[in-house]
Amino acid sequence: MKRFIGFVRKEFYHIFRDRRSMFILFGMPIAQIMLFGFAITNEINNVNIAILDKSKDAETKVIIGKISASKHFNIENDILNESQIESVFKKGKVKAVLVFEKDFARNLATQKSGTVQVISDATDPNTANTITNYTQAILQLYQKELNKDVQTPYQIQVQSQMYYNPEMKSVFNFVPGVMTVILMLVSAMMTSISITREKELGTMEILLVSPLKPIVVILGKVFPYIFLSLINAVVIVVLSIFIFNMPVEGSLFLLGLESILFIITSLTLGVLISTISETQQTALMISLMGLMLPVIILSGFIFPLSSMPLPLQVISNIIPAKWFIIIVKGIMLKGVGLSMLWKETLIMVGMALFFTIISIKKYKIRLE
Amino acid sequence: MEREKIIEVKDLTKSFGDFTAVKSITFDVYKGEIFGFLGANGAGKTTAMKMLIGISTPTSGSATVGGFNVFTQADLVKRNIGYMSQKFSMYDDLTIKENITFFGGIYGLSRKQIKEKIKQVLVELDLEQVANNLVGSLPLGWKQKLAFSVALLHEPKIVFLDEPTGGVDPITRRQFWELIYAEANKGTTIFVTTHYMDEAEYCNRVSIMVDGTIEALDTPKNLKEQFNVDSMNAVFLKLARNIE
Repeated sequence: MKRFIGFVRKEFYHIFRDRRSMFILFGMPIAQIMLFGFAITNEINNVNIAILDKSKDAETKVIIGKISASKHFNIENDILNESQIESVFKKGKVKAVLVFEKDFARNLATQKSGTVQVISDATDPNTANTITNYTQAILQLYQKELNKDVQTPYQIQVQSQMYYNPEMKSVFNFVPGVMTVILMLVSAMMTSISITREKELGTMEILLVSPLKPIVVILGKVFPYIFLSLINAVVIVVLSIFIFNMPVEGSLFLLGLESILFIITSLTLGVLISTISETQQTALMISLMGLMLPVIILSGFIFPLSSMPLPLQVISNIIPAKWFIIIVKGIMLKGVGLSMLWKETLIMVGMALFFTIISIKKYKIRLE
Repeated sequence: MEREKIIEVKDLTKSFGDFTAVKSITFDVYKGEIFGFLGANGAGKTTAMKMLIGISTPTSGSATVGGFNVFTQADLVKRNIGYMSQKFSMYDDLTIKENITFFGGIYGLSRKQIKEKIKQVLVELDLEQVANNLVGSLPLGWKQKLAFSVALLHEPKIVFLDEPTGGVDPITRRQFWELIYAEANKGTTIFVTTHYMDEAEYCNRVSIMVDGTIEALDTPKNLKEQFNVDSMNAVFLKLARNIE
């Protein structure tokens, strides 16, 4: 035990004296969570649009007023005729143009119908779609006001309600993802690099010749990262609660335990990587290509798994991150407990055991 | 005169698949001697040494180191030997004191013993002024002397040195050999590999490995007489040529 403590102390010296490690450990989580929280968002705010009002009557004025009052839109300029539409898009200043038909108010009064055309710049299809939806929503609201006194027969009203994230904040989706990526990065990449560094320096040989048991060497290398990763998880959760008002509906204790489980799974992956790579460079490349990419793409972090082709969905099952994201979302947003998450938890336990067994086997073979 | 054997090797063999790196070597090392283990790169000396220090299991044959069997008592072998490798093997980002503390710790020294050892090593190597400097900031020659002292922290009966003087200047090499002599005089057995033939002259006895077998084993003086040459370098060249 005393040997183990001495070993762990040495590991902490390595980590705290290496500026690069310190940055990856503590700078990166904060930078990432801020970046994902603030910069990457699916909501649209203050989008510039232009108006082509061929009617210029009381009705269009009210509608334009409502649109400019919304925080989503910002009326950049009025254009006078259709030929200008192309040119404003090409200048790139506006994302959409609203066209009111001629005699809009009169048509509305006489024919009970007026037409507004929404032309949007679909070079960015998602934004174009959202803009169209938002404008429709504003117009429908106005239409309802107009119909207030009129009895319209047969109306189906759709009342949609967004559970667990009523304001549709994208940060709620990103926090569990970023947490997963960072824990994976710190645990797997940092351990695999720190083990291969000892191989490169020749100190691993000295450790193997010493009476230290190989398992103590590995545990000693891995232990500091369990601790540091856990601190990271806490930092991320605290940031997301206080800066992004993310709720934690479920048990923080359970969240902590599940995080430790995920950290251990990642660490065993890191050990496995270090047994197959001789240099830090290789370990870094394998960690990035073999772990980070699948974690980002196939975990459901950014791209929804359900809309992927079947083979990819099947592959996603072997990625520990997928299960951890489900667990984090479940605990933080839905407030569910172990009774709902036992399956995911069990899968992660299984993976951790599996990787541990493989890396111990691999490590022994290497010793021969 | 029957001297005490501290390493006994008989028909030791190591194969990797079809390739046999060490072919049935047999030799003894006596207590307190400086035993030179020579050979060109790829002759199998590192593989043979790895079996003796307990990190590689022999394919066949037998070997005891310090009275312990390398097959069945690798842990005891490890406890009783010191080892220093050709790659400089301490932590650059730890200070001299921290390195000594760490390596003392993994060999199971008590805190008090470690304290004494730190004092002793710093005085012997005249490093008191830089005790709290990072090892990375020391010149290579100092690092190597320090590594040697660290390999001796737990006062092993045998020290294995794997090309300990690689890459240092002749003066430092000379000083390093003085340390080795001093240690051998205390009764520690020194098992050293090298490919500097002038260093072979410093050993009590040398063995020369060629292609996985030991081709010659005697004192430098006897070897030179046997081959009728005046330097170990010439002995080595003659041997290598005969094999071809």
